Amino acid sequence: MLRFFLRRVALVIPTFLAIAFFTFVAIRMVPGDPVEVRTGERGISPERLAEVRAELGLDQPIWKQFLDYLGGVFHGNFGLSIVTHEPVWTEFWTLFPATLELTLAALLFAIVVGIPSGVLAALKRGSIVDHGLMGLALTGFSMPIFWWGLLLVLFFSVELGWTPVSGRIDLLYYFEPVTGFMLIDSLLSDQDGAFLSTLSHLVLPAIVLGTVPLATIARMTRSAMLEVLNEDYVRTARAKGLSPMRVVGLHALRNALIPVVTVIGLQMGMLMGGAVLTEYIFSWPGIGNWLIEAINRRDYPVLQGGILMVSTVVILVNLLVDLTYGLINPRIRHGH
Amino acid sequence: MATDSLSLPAPPGELRLIWRDFSRNKGALAGLIVLLVMFTAAIFANFLAPHSPIEQYRDFVRIPPMWQAGGNAMFPLGTDELGRDMLSRLIYGARLSLFIGLAVVVASMAAGIVLGLWAAFAENAVGTLILRAMDVILSVPSLLLCIVIVAIIGPSLTNTIIAITIVYLPHYVRLVRASAMAEMNRDYVIAAQVAGASRLRIMFVTVLPNCAAPLIVQATLGVSNAILEAAGLGFLGLGAQPPTPEWGVMLASAREFLQSAPWIVTQPGLAILVTVLAINLVGDGLLDALDPKRKRS
Repeated sequence: MLRFFLRRVALVIPTFLAIAFFTFVAIRMVPGDPVEVRTGERGISPERLAEVRAELGLDQPIWKQFLDYLGGVFHGNFGLSIVTHEPVWTEFWTLFPATLELTLAALLFAIVVGIPSGVLAALKRGSIVDHGLMGLALTGFSMPIFWWGLLLVLFFSVELGWTPVSGRIDLLYYFEPVTGFMLIDSLLSDQDGAFLSTLSHLVLPAIVLGTVPLATIARMTRSAMLEVLNEDYVRTARAKGLSPMRVVGLHALRNALIPVVTVIGLQMGMLMGGAVLTEYIFSWPGIGNWLIEAINRRDYPVLQGGILMVSTVVILVNLLVDLTYGLINPRIRHGH
Repeated sequence: MATDSLSLPAPPGELRLIWRDFSRNKGALAGLIVLLVMFTAAIFANFLAPHSPIEQYRDFVRIPPMWQAGGNAMFPLGTDELGRDMLSRLIYGARLSLFIGLAVVVASMAAGIVLGLWAAFAENAVGTLILRAMDVILSVPSLLLCIVIVAIIGPSLTNTIIAITIVYLPHYVRLVRASAMAEMNRDYVIAAQVAGASRLRIMFVTVLPNCAAPLIVQATLGVSNAILEAAGLGFLGLGAQPPTPEWGVMLASAREFLQSAPWIVTQPGLAILVTVLAINLVGDGLLDALDPKRKRS
């Protein structure tokens, strides 16, 4: 068991270093001189150019730059944004809660709707309900979410006027962020309507981002349930005369959930990618919009640090999923 | 060998069996028909499209589809914000999207087969190195990785294909390696080794055909993923560039007309959804038809 843990954890380090190296080298291959973008002067004097380059450390040999960068990374120093001059680390942690809140809300939506749908489809296998639900799931799975977002905005925001089009909260409200999670902060602020405003801003983006994971979870739950329902222990439970609810809830679902939980964990990478598109549509002030802006402004340090940190989050979540899976699954727990 | 002389009726061919299982699945069949229509439209776009996809009819800007008030039979699905014919743009868009999907799958599968077999057969550090490199690619969210690659090599249609190919490479490498590893210790492979077949022959001629089933399913789903990813990049302005009639690009430029001319927004998205759904239906059907567990029963 311990060997499995250590091996799995040890694998994370080279992956992290490789991503750090990849982002570092890749960003330096981006066409366009960051110095020119920064100074914004056309025809800058060569002396001034050299000065700025030295200031940014761009005159050092590339391997030296990488080692310096890596040394900084381990101290939480990802450099300064070329545009705002704020530390990349600070900017990331200011914006990350917005993305995390959106991602968790999306995941919650996907789980709450996805698992019951999958169970229902499995129990009614072959019926209209099953075909209908799985048809919907496949449609959700095939959905271009940026378009789905626009459609929902068109219907719920433009036609019905139920939800706002963009942002996290109405401009009416202002309070200092405490946790960074607007849902919690708005409750803490004690301002009337702040929480509802936050909620109404969150609903559409969460549905948009949660659609593909919802479909994946529903499909996975169905097939896992079907497999489990044929197992001997479920047959035994039925033969014992337990109520169908008990058989499904207690014996079948619990075992079917093991692969489903793994799938949920592995959705994290997908959610982070989807968050870019969702944030872009709803002008959500999170990591996705930040990175898109960084590309357009050629903000190297932001792009480099941002990608590295997002990837690290994904790696850590996957690690956590793997370790949990190892804990649950006896075949992994006992060697192999 | 002896059975050859016994002129038994030939058993139904394997392809025929697969087709039998596949065609029982109504959804898969419907998907296949939709796809065939799409492919026909894509191939014969020059003949089928009533107008040029980039010609701007300045007197006919934002004409609604012909069944709506103010529609014009000259433009069956209406025109966009610059007076370009929607139907023609959608038809040419089908050509682009299907081309992107196929190009990505062919490229990533070819590279994936070589690297995957290499990783399976190389007992030294090379195999591990390949796998670790794939782990690295997998740990960056796919759309973000595409964005970074496109930021480096510049936004264009070709670069979109290159970026998505790199992003989807690990799936094929891992799949090929895993299936090859499962096959490697089978008797027929050992027999081939004993018979003195070269390593390359064993890799590509003996083992590879037996990894085909999961590869085909993965490739089908790969086409739909690539189309979605490419449209997403186009939508963000990081893929194909205007005036290319790529579906994602069409959506991006139509965003501000969501309220006043919704058909410019709904149609390209619907085209993406229908195409991707059709491919996924076919993929699901293939998965069932090729699944050895089902075939044996």
